[in-house]
Amino acid sequence: MPSFLVSVTIENKPEIVDPEGDTILNDLILKDKKAHVKKVRSAKMLRFQIDAKNKESAEKEVLVLCNEFRIYNPLVSKVSAETVSV
Amino acid sequence: MRVAVIVFPGSNCDRDMHHVLTNVFKLDSQLVWHTDDLPRNIDAIVLPGGFSYGDRLRAGVIAAHSPIMAQVKKMAERGIPILGVCNGFQILTEAGLLPGALLKNTSLSYICKWTEIIVRNNKTPFTNKFKLNQRIPIAIANGEGRYYADKETLHMLKKNNQIVFTYGEDFNGATMKIAGVCNKEGNVVGMMPHPERSAEQILNPQNAKPASMIFESLLNTLGVTA
Repeated sequence: MPSFLVSVTIENKPEIVDPEGDTILNDLILKDKKAHVKKVRSAKMLRFQIDAKNKESAEKEVLVLCNEFRIYNPLVSKVSAETVSV
Repeated sequence: MRVAVIVFPGSNCDRDMHHVLTNVFKLDSQLVWHTDDLPRNIDAIVLPGGFSYGDRLRAGVIAAHSPIMAQVKKMAERGIPILGVCNGFQILTEAGLLPGALLKNTSLSYICKWTEIIVRNNKTPFTNKFKLNQRIPIAIANGEGRYYADKETLHMLKKNNQIVFTYGEDFNGATMKIAGVCNKEGNVVGMMPHPERSAEQILNPQNAKPASMIFESLLNTLGVTA
C-alpha cells in the first residue's frame, strides 16, 4: 500500500485574538519598519505518515482522526490538510 | 462523605486538594489514579490542577480521553457535584462536560499571583454559601487560563446562569473576565483559580474565609455540618 504525508494545519478562527501572531508582527516585523506586512497569524502543523490506497483516502482518514481525538478544538480552531506521496 | 480526587500523569495539585479536603474540612478524600475505577458510593469528584500529560497538544485534551473520564461523565449525568480546578477545568471543557475553551493568556506568560474573583452564581454545590457578588481573594497560576466562548456559547451561559465566577480585573483576556463556569444543570463547576491554595489562613495573605466557603458550600451540599 502506498504511503502519504498528510500535513494538517490547525489555526485559530479569525475572530480569536492571536497574541503570538500579534507579537511577531508588532515586536519583530513592524519594529523593523516593514509596514507592508499587514497581518501574521500563528498556527500549529502536524504531519502524519499514513498508508492508504490513495491520496484522498489518506487525507480523509487523517481528518477523521483529528475529529475523533479532538486533535483540534472545533470551538476555537479550523483545520486544513495538504497531502503528498512519500 | 467520600470525595474522589482524580490524579492524571502530570497532576501536581492533587495532594494539596487532598490535604484541604481531608485535614481542613474533614472529608473522606481519596486519590484515584486515572486508569483505575472510581470507588463506589462517591459523593463528589475533584479534578485538581497541574499539567496533565505536560499540556501536550492542548492543556487537558489528552487527560480528557483517560479511562476514568467515562465514569466521570456518568457521575455528572447523575448530578454528583464535580469541581475542576485549573487543569481540571481545562480537562472538563475538553471532555465536553463544560462549555467553552481555555486558551493561552494574551500575554503568553504563565501568570502566578493573588487576585480576586466575584461570585456570579450562588446556586451551585460549590457556591451556595456565598452571597451574590461576594469577592474571594484567591491564587491563580496558569499559562492557558484565558476563557473563551463564542457568541452562541456566551448567550447560552448568560441565559442559563452558567457564569459562576468572574475576575475583578482583566489580566489574561478572558471573555467577560470569566474565571469559572458550570454546566446547565449546575453540578459540574470549573474554575481557573486555586481554592485549595487559598482556603487556609496560613497560605492566604488576605482573607482565607471566602475561599474556604467553596469547600463549605460542598459540605453544605453533602449535608455535612461545617
